[in-house]
Amino acid sequence: MTRPPAETLERGATPWLFAAALAAVLPHAAHQPAWLSVAAALLFAWSAGLWWRDGRLPGRWPLAALVAAGCAGILFEFRTLFGRDAGVALLVVLTALKLLEMRSRRDATVVVTLGYFLLLTHFLYAQDIPAGLWLPVALCLLTAALIRLHGGSAAGGPRRVLGQAALLCVQSLPFMLVLFVLFPRVSGPLWGLPQDAHAGLTGLSETMTPGSIADLVQNGELAFSVRFDGAIPPRDKLYWRGPVLEHYDGRTWRPHPGRQPAPRVEARSAPLGYETTLEPHRQTLLLALDAPTALPPDFAVDGTLTAKRLQPLVERRRFRAAASLDYRYNADESPVSLRRNLALPPGRNPQARALAESWRTGENGPDGVIRRALALFGSRDFAYTLQPPLLGEQPIDDFLFTTRRGFCEHYAAAFVVLMRAAGIPARVVTGYQGGEANPVDGYLVVRQSDAHAWAEVWLAGEGWRRVDPTSAVAPERVETGVAAALSAGEPLPALVRVRADWLRTLRYRWEALNNAWNQHVIGYDERRQRELLGRFGFPDIDWRGLAAALGAGCGLLLLALLGWALYRRPRHEPVQALWRKALRQLARSGVDCAPWETPVALARRVRERAPALAADFEAVAAAYLRARYGPDGDLAILRAAVARLSSRRRT
Amino acid sequence: MRLPDLASLAAAPRPFDPVLARAGEVIRGKDEAIRLALACLLAGGHLLIEDLPGMGKTTLAHTLARLLGLQFSRIQFTSDLLPADITGVSIFERERGEFRFLPGPLFAQLVLADEINRATPKTQSALLEAMEERQVTAEGQTRELPTPFFVIATQNPAHQIGTFPLPESQLDRFLMRIELGYPDPAAERSLLAAGGQRARAERLPALLAADDLAKAQQAVAGVHVSPALIDYVQALLAATRRDPSFQHGLSPRAGLALIAAARAWAWLAGRDLALPDDVQAVLPAVACHRLRALPGGGYARPEDIAALIRSVPIP
Repeated sequence: MTRPPAETLERGATPWLFAAALAAVLPHAAHQPAWLSVAAALLFAWSAGLWWRDGRLPGRWPLAALVAAGCAGILFEFRTLFGRDAGVALLVVLTALKLLEMRSRRDATVVVTLGYFLLLTHFLYAQDIPAGLWLPVALCLLTAALIRLHGGSAAGGPRRVLGQAALLCVQSLPFMLVLFVLFPRVSGPLWGLPQDAHAGLTGLSETMTPGSIADLVQNGELAFSVRFDGAIPPRDKLYWRGPVLEHYDGRTWRPHPGRQPAPRVEARSAPLGYETTLEPHRQTLLLALDAPTALPPDFAVDGTLTAKRLQPLVERRRFRAAASLDYRYNADESPVSLRRNLALPPGRNPQARALAESWRTGENGPDGVIRRALALFGSRDFAYTLQPPLLGEQPIDDFLFTTRRGFCEHYAAAFVVLMRAAGIPARVVTGYQGGEANPVDGYLVVRQSDAHAWAEVWLAGEGWRRVDPTSAVAPERVETGVAAALSAGEPLPALVRVRADWLRTLRYRWEALNNAWNQHVIGYDERRQRELLGRFGFPDIDWRGLAAALGAGCGLLLLALLGWALYRRPRHEPVQALWRKALRQLARSGVDCAPWETPVALARRVRERAPALAADFEAVAAAYLRARYGPDGDLAILRAAVARLSSRRRT
Repeated sequence: MRLPDLASLAAAPRPFDPVLARAGEVIRGKDEAIRLALACLLAGGHLLIEDLPGMGKTTLAHTLARLLGLQFSRIQFTSDLLPADITGVSIFERERGEFRFLPGPLFAQLVLADEINRATPKTQSALLEAMEERQVTAEGQTRELPTPFFVIATQNPAHQIGTFPLPESQLDRFLMRIELGYPDPAAERSLLAAGGQRARAERLPALLAADDLAKAQQAVAGVHVSPALIDYVQALLAATRRDPSFQHGLSPRAGLALIAAARAWAWLAGRDLALPDDVQAVLPAVACHRLRALPGGGYARPEDIAALIRSVPIP
């Protein structure tokens, strides 16, 4: 098939397309299976080589085979062609393959359009600062490719093309800002994201087995960040409550599945307000500070004081809450609940039970039992480590009497078993403990490595009391953080263990920057929008008001740009103004004047295309040429000629 | 009010129309080339015709010389031609006891320098110097060449064996470069039927009086070039400098040549003002040999010039 020359792709435009496609595909390499990135790189190299040697592009059948192979690979990897991961992978493969099919300008346009779309899909994976910085770079390259594609070699050298693309992007910035600030925000995603959009998120699990929290601690990712209304309270008061685990089968701890009556909390200190920004953890937990006194609207505490809501959290959200650090709750716990928290699996851990029962007799009440247990852990025999030895069939016995090395979940579990064996109702609480204050922006940053497990015991007349057995074996864990409590050989994320001052400062700054980005850009939600608009005097604006503001904002910007363009427009002398008027008349009759076309040539074309106007237009052309190119132009004649042309056209 | 039409723009006398008509009878189907050659002559420039042998280059030169009543001489350039062979030599006359200068073939009003690229660079530069200076310096004495002085140089395409292609700086001395190309079938048929045209050219009458050409050249110089047209020429020059498909852009001298050629073109059409049309018409002849197209580095082709014209809006 032959194409008209204007349709064929110019050789000089191809490198631009490679660069643009690469910029769009590159970020996806971070989360794609390696074979896919390698395949895409090979396809890029192949098409670049063909371009370099001016080789023949592969025919239709080889390409079809490659497409089939790509689809098969994606099906094998993801078991589907749809959804976020498989869909993006498919787009990457197709973009790389399209480069092998670049014959006409249309093919190139397809590549650029795919590139714009691929760029957008990057935000399904990352919304952080690097992603935000990469966007303008890639956008610029894609736009430059488009400019080069349509401008041909007359578009100029690379610097000119890139400059023009950058100018276009900069010109679109005000619109982006207006849309960002004013576009109506809805809580929750605007459209349903594919099912797998939030895969691979880490967080607390609903159950606890030995090692489950130790695994989490090796992850330096952010769990949530908090800003307190006042100063940050001391670390050993910062217990962020997650699932409370009451059932024990000898190995795994689970929460009680049934409903429980709402807890009765007696706050004994003034409530402390704070704002927490939760990373998406796909759970319903708020991870509120103990003990919550005020919660965000859609959250409620369950019978074990854990704040939850109905829908899992799939996007980063900000919530306001308040807590009372000194509290008592459920002094009148139901007998059913107490029985549940005394239950031990029959026949398991006999040594531990025997030990606890020996404490029960002769000691001065439950307080004495608790002290003895903590004293046991505090003895020199016990060590705090992320890499405990494997435990056998009787895990608690093994831990207490043989290995004596463990992480917080070992201590919490062993403590609760001892308490229950001694007749004191007790349960395991999981969550986060402490956090790291960032001196740059005053936020408290809580990471997955701050995950923790502790215990709660119920004492008559007092209710549930928090006891953290880890503080007995490794007080640093609670007072300073996990890095101080573990020896240097433990597999902690490097981020958590940074010691050098300058590096630490750098990290604080980077995290503060990230946090500011999360708070103000990613976290710009309905409430922030209302706050901001309220500050500008529009306190109660609904979506209609927003739409109006949006329209007005964009309209004003357009007007400003238009005004600028008009201001920058070359001033036409009256001669040219009249000529342009005549050209407009012609255009309305279906004859357009190319910018390089001379009036004489145009007159010739008018004779063919619009014979009725030919004579009048010829008069205009003659008068215009005389006025513009002659020594003695007469404006009056030109004006008369243009007037006659206009009147002729109307009749 | 009586409104003008396009014909009214071209109302000046056109004394060269008979020349064009008669020349067109001899060299058939090449009206455009003849008109360009005449325009070049009227603009006071020299002409380079580049084509294969037998396309009528010599006949064209001969015809123009006859019709314009110019003194004509033809120099066949060969590799052993020396500068003195074209400028002339002094010989000693025994009777008068002094040297007498015998002017070479360069001392004519229209010189046909045939196959200029066969001569050595030394001889080429003697010719080109004479073209530029319109005078000849031989044996320490400077002698004026006749006026008008007009060189039509012909050149076979440079890839033939044993040729010395003209360097760019010397190509610039030619106001225009044209190609004649094969005649169209009808013109070729009538040419074949009529037999060779060379003899016919020899018998052509002079259509102009002695000083008509000088007057015409004066009139051409008086053709009005408006600032708007200069803007256009400048835009075209700038575009050649910006366009990556050319090795380098056109020089200001090329711009002057373009304006002079456009003036002559307009005058030949009977206009006393030059239009963008005139610039576009002469641009390929003026610009092709001054530009190097990339990749390859050969002369710019007419398609390149057409693309150039399409990329520059008329201001």
